[in-house]
Amino acid sequence: MGGKSRRDFLKLAGLAGAGLVAAPALAVAGSSTSGPNDEELGMLYDATKCVGCKACMAACKRVNGDYNALAYEQAQFDPDMLWDAPKDLTGSTRTIIKLFKESPKEWSYVKYSCMHCQKPSCVSVCPVAAMVKDKITGIVDYKKNACIGCRYCQVACAYNIPKFQWDKALPQIVKCDLCKNTFLKSNGTSACADACPTNAIMFGKRKNLLAEAKKRLTEHPRQYVNHIYGEYELGGTNHLYLSALPIKKLGLPELQKDAPAEFSEKIQHTIYKGFIAPVALYGTLCFIAVRNMKKQESDHQSKGDQPHEP
Amino acid sequence: MSHDEFQVHRAKILTPSFWVLLTLTLIGFALIAVRFIWGIGAVSNMNDGYPWGIWITYDVATGTAIACGGYAVAILVYIRNKMHYHPLIRSAVLTSLFGYGLAGLSVMVDVGRPWNAYNFFIPSQWQINSAMFEVALCVMAYTTVLAIEFLPAVLSRLQQTNWNSARTFLDRHHGRFGLDTEIILAKLEKLRQWALWVQPKLDKVLIFIIVLGITLPTMHQSSLGSLMLIASTKLHPLWHTGFLPLLFLINCLFIGYSIAILESIISSYAFKRPFESEQLTGLASITPYLTTIWLSVMVGDLIWRGQLGNALSLDFYSGFFLLEFGLVASGSIILLFRRNRQSMRWLFVTAVLIVLGGALYRFNVYLIGFNPGQGWRYFPSLAELMITVGIVAFEILAYKVLVKLFPVLPRLHGHEEPASVKA
Repeated sequence: MGGKSRRDFLKLAGLAGAGLVAAPALAVAGSSTSGPNDEELGMLYDATKCVGCKACMAACKRVNGDYNALAYEQAQFDPDMLWDAPKDLTGSTRTIIKLFKESPKEWSYVKYSCMHCQKPSCVSVCPVAAMVKDKITGIVDYKKNACIGCRYCQVACAYNIPKFQWDKALPQIVKCDLCKNTFLKSNGTSACADACPTNAIMFGKRKNLLAEAKKRLTEHPRQYVNHIYGEYELGGTNHLYLSALPIKKLGLPELQKDAPAEFSEKIQHTIYKGFIAPVALYGTLCFIAVRNMKKQESDHQSKGDQPHEP
Repeated sequence: MSHDEFQVHRAKILTPSFWVLLTLTLIGFALIAVRFIWGIGAVSNMNDGYPWGIWITYDVATGTAIACGGYAVAILVYIRNKMHYHPLIRSAVLTSLFGYGLAGLSVMVDVGRPWNAYNFFIPSQWQINSAMFEVALCVMAYTTVLAIEFLPAVLSRLQQTNWNSARTFLDRHHGRFGLDTEIILAKLEKLRQWALWVQPKLDKVLIFIIVLGITLPTMHQSSLGSLMLIASTKLHPLWHTGFLPLLFLINCLFIGYSIAILESIISSYAFKRPFESEQLTGLASITPYLTTIWLSVMVGDLIWRGQLGNALSLDFYSGFFLLEFGLVASGSIILLFRRNRQSMRWLFVTAVLIVLGGALYRFNVYLIGFNPGQGWRYFPSLAELMITVGIVAFEILAYKVLVKLFPVLPRLHGHEEPASVKA
């Protein structure tokens, strides 16, 4: 066994280890675990104010249409493509209004779009940092040019928000960016909030949205279910909901307070802390394997035999 | 150094099964072409609720476990110093190489924007919180390691050849395609010289590559379990646990040993060679230990999380859990008896049971126990399945061809050499 090659190998392993030690330190510094940051931007959707006019949907598509590949979605009864009629969030639709009907007297509209989590699972799982959370505004944005299309963000998102363009040869992920790349820059608000005629969508800092939601809950306790959806769900979201019906009846999942990303990252970081464990494993295994091989060789030589190749 | 332990399997390459496998391969690859022209939706039933279908579940999550034969046998030979298993290693490494290489190919078919995959090599894009990042880098590195591990077989073949078939081919087509026999033969001779030159150098560092080939699967097989940790709201509580990484690691080990047994029995049968009975009995005595640990961790975890009642409730999820559990447990119980471990029939049956149970566990975690809610459904489409079948067919096809070209299979009676027997 050549001593030189062995040294070189250990050097190489050490180098690879050092490179990966630096990376986790940076990432850990970036992600805060100290409760929600209420300075981030978000939206408060009040289902009791929504009249289901879908002006927000139209505004969203108009604003995002020239930004990238959003298409109008055809309904079966509309072969002339006069009307955009998406059935759900899709690779062409970033926000949608749905109607949930419990009985003729009990019903509610609901608006779906990205929840802009405080600790987003999609950002945590993306292998190439194509999902990023803005440090100041808290907006969760998608970087098309980094994305490899693995769809792990879709698996990870508890709200099923990121959508994939299944019908395209060159597909991408589509989800709400709170108009970060479009309307927000010039207007200081999101296109859907701007278009809403009944102020069912309020745009602003999370602390203001929460204060407003709490005010409405105290002023009109009989009008609402006493729950601000998104205040604590999965570590808190910047998109908040008020409604008259329990949130589960609006097709939104009932969720625990802890962010799944905290759980998974804790395990992953424990295993790979400083890349020590893998390097130690490799070192130990090398030691054992080389010792075994030397023993093998000396056994063979004492018997006057040809040694085994590895 | 001698390579006498292995030999080229001398047999016809173009057998009827070759043509069947080739047809399946071509159908699969034609459908892959369809996917790249008209999008993933054109061939697959995957949807926004089930963004990972059969390709990730079988080809990647399960396929790489089935490809863990090389990993499992390498641990036995190089770490536990059981050199008498060495004759099994080359065919195990070759199947591992195909398993991993084709898992990589499947991923490239599955991901929507493969042209951006270069981002894995750009440090500023690295996202080390992502288990997927770890899996991707490790799988790429391990595939390279496996290719290097297989290199000695290619090199020794190159050294021994005298290019007879190339010579005949060139003589027959002399003057056509603008080929000059002499120049090509000179180049081939240079290749042979290079093989002679590089072999001893490779032999010196090979052990470090091999150990890397043990470290990397330990890392990414556990990370394949970590991948689903994030899906705490979608993966059924029977399978969603902090022990996923550990369960996946042990799972790939017992699948690895069982697959090594299956491969050996099937290739002995198919190539009409005597069974490697002594080694197989030894391998089969390892699996029950691993499965016992695995099943204990699983049950202990279920009790600790208060899910045992759920596991025995006999609903849809409980049914699949019990099936997975039963397959692995029954295979292991049969193997506890020495008499069964010495019977080729029982070795085969138990290995099949354990591989099926272990694979079902991975299906349960990635697909069957996964429920995104909101009425989403998924069952793979025919075209989607045929792509997977095509890739698997290609794997078997290439294995069958390569063992007839390179010294891969154990030399017959090789295990009787006193030098390689070690208690």
